Amino acid sequence: MTLWFVNARLIDPEAGEERTGVLRVENGAIAEVLADGTPPAGAQVIDCAGKCLAPGIVDMGVQVGEPGARHVESFRSAGRAAAAGGVTTIVARPDTDPAVDTPEVLEFVTRRAASQTPVRIRHMAALTRGRAGREMAEIGFLRDAGAVAFTDGARVVEDTRILSRCLTYARGLGALVVGHPQDPGLSRGTCATNGKFAALKGLPGVSPLAERMGFDRDMGLVEMTGVAYHADQITCARTLPALERAKANGLDVTAGVSIHHLTLNEFDLADYRTFFKLTPPLRSEDDRLAVVAAVGAGLVDVICSMHTPADEESKRLPFEAAAAGAVGLETLLPAAMRLYHAGALNLPQLWRALSLNPARRLGLEGGRLAVGAPADLVLFDPDAPFVLDRFSLQSKAKNTPFDGARMEGRVLGTWVRGARIFPHEED
Amino acid sequence: MTFRRAHFLGIESLRPDEITALLDLADEYVALNRSASKHAEALAGMTQINMFFEASTRTQASFELAGKRLGADVMNMSMAHSSVKKGETLIDTALTLNAMHPDLLVVRHPHSGAVDLLAQKVNCAVINAGDGRHEHPTQALLDALTIRRAKGRLHRLVVAICGDIAHSRVARSNILLLNRMESRVRLVGPPTLMPSGAADWGCEVYDDMRAGLEGADVVMMLRLQRERMDGGFIPSEREYFDRYGLDAEKLACARDDAIVMHPGPMNRGVEIDGMIADDINRSVIQEQVEMGVAVRMAVMDSLAQTLRETRQRERLRGMGDG
Repeated sequence: MTLWFVNARLIDPEAGEERTGVLRVENGAIAEVLADGTPPAGAQVIDCAGKCLAPGIVDMGVQVGEPGARHVESFRSAGRAAAAGGVTTIVARPDTDPAVDTPEVLEFVTRRAASQTPVRIRHMAALTRGRAGREMAEIGFLRDAGAVAFTDGARVVEDTRILSRCLTYARGLGALVVGHPQDPGLSRGTCATNGKFAALKGLPGVSPLAERMGFDRDMGLVEMTGVAYHADQITCARTLPALERAKANGLDVTAGVSIHHLTLNEFDLADYRTFFKLTPPLRSEDDRLAVVAAVGAGLVDVICSMHTPADEESKRLPFEAAAAGAVGLETLLPAAMRLYHAGALNLPQLWRALSLNPARRLGLEGGRLAVGAPADLVLFDPDAPFVLDRFSLQSKAKNTPFDGARMEGRVLGTWVRGARIFPHEED
Repeated sequence: MTFRRAHFLGIESLRPDEITALLDLADEYVALNRSASKHAEALAGMTQINMFFEASTRTQASFELAGKRLGADVMNMSMAHSSVKKGETLIDTALTLNAMHPDLLVVRHPHSGAVDLLAQKVNCAVINAGDGRHEHPTQALLDALTIRRAKGRLHRLVVAICGDIAHSRVARSNILLLNRMESRVRLVGPPTLMPSGAADWGCEVYDDMRAGLEGADVVMMLRLQRERMDGGFIPSEREYFDRYGLDAEKLACARDDAIVMHPGPMNRGVEIDGMIADDINRSVIQEQVEMGVAVRMAVMDSLAQTLRETRQRERLRGMGDG
């Protein structure tokens, strides 16, 4: 089956440039990228009308409620949200109930996911059993069963000796470990970032240095063990020099950040709106600007949604007591357009962090507009304005911090393996 | 050349010719042990005390039998449940024992270096029956004897030692001995069970067991302690067996005539498939036990000779002084 995308503004993160052109897709893969070309008569043609055509987003770190909380978010609802947000690969987190910590659970979720959505779903597995930080999970079997990385999510493995053994074992298998850089003692029981603002609001805060302390500890272990390590979220300016140093020293380290930490700051907590309660908490504007610049410089490698669905009951509580986390699959792209329109990052830079880098880091094929790459694509209008209504989201959970926000950037179409998965057929 | 030393504390200080001499003597004892009358008189009139600060059945029995066959009076002291529990220090225990005038002291201790310490404090020959994760020299000798009898030599062999290298005194003694005898030693195991710096021991280190067994003449499996199995150093028994358990498929990577060894006691289905352990064409595990008695007889015989000579010299010197 051949499909032509003509008249497209191609966003090529690998080349770091955008250009107008024509893309030919054959058998689910990109067959040709041309500056200009005319499809043969009768060919199936998508006229992009000058809009942006980019590799589909590879969202590294999505929580789906299966197993355990299918009523909050199922593979089906997460898949629909992803398609609507231009996400063609969901990299699912193992912080489920039970955790994805055995090959049996991994096989179950892999099978469930494949039967529920056309969006690609890859799974990360727990680093320790039950994400309890005590005994290592069956990293070898889980890797054989398809786990792309190992993480206990936002739970830090506190015992350094246990973590060092997990990292040593993972290194032996060439497995990627995703850490959550945070000092667990300092951050326990906090819900905001230390400073004048949190103090005024009466919220228990954590110092931004807790992130660097956690990161420094992890870097010590990475240097000791030689493991491949990805920091899930680097959100503070004062962690960045440590990250830069680790990379300069040749450690196999990458870092990510959630779109929320790139587009929101601590002042958004002003109304105690629990949809803004995140892990780690929103930071100061200086931190936000520094991390945006680090994404532009390529120091921070990955932007993800940190999609964390929560039901209404767990959010309709006082700020301190409410669940942390926000959904983001569907708003990742429009929120990223804020950075584009603000002139902070251009589209190839954004797609380097949204698609190319996460795919590379996880050893996946996608993320590129190159011949032979899978035809996982998103067509979007970066300028189309809209006001977000959270009840229009495809996710079962509606806990978005962008409810009622004015946004620009709409997904016009999403393709996986050359097959259109958005707009949804019934829409 | 012969082995003439006051103590037998480790492989580290032994010369190749001493190792060969001990193995040659052990070969003679293998013949004796297979004969109808298994008695010799090398230790006649001597007292041997087996002092095990760590529970042991096989090694202690092997030393006891070796001593008895050589005519010694053998006493077993299971120190794991004795005065040590009442707070006596190792040196006090040594001095107490010394007052009983033993001739041979066979010692196993959970702390590395403890047997050396004891040897400095007593007036008899001390044999290291395993100290911490340091050395287990008679095990290395019996393994060497088993290999030499199966392969006809100890040099230019490829020996793969597999499993928990980090906590194994058997591995350390074997590495020292095989390196000294000019064989190639490969260490195979998960990185969590590989001591740091193992690559600098003159061994090749492998994470991947199939690669590590490629072309091996000898496959030496190590016991995985139960307490190390559950999530601490390895995720689970089943993952360990999948990657590092010796089964027919992995053994097929070694040479067709490769022998399989294990110091015992085995965990069938964890580090070794029962079928392999029982395969009489490959497994020499039972023979290792037999060699154990012979090797220990050879070591004790040699030490007793040294002891007699030393005492003779001291007596002569004493007479001269008088």
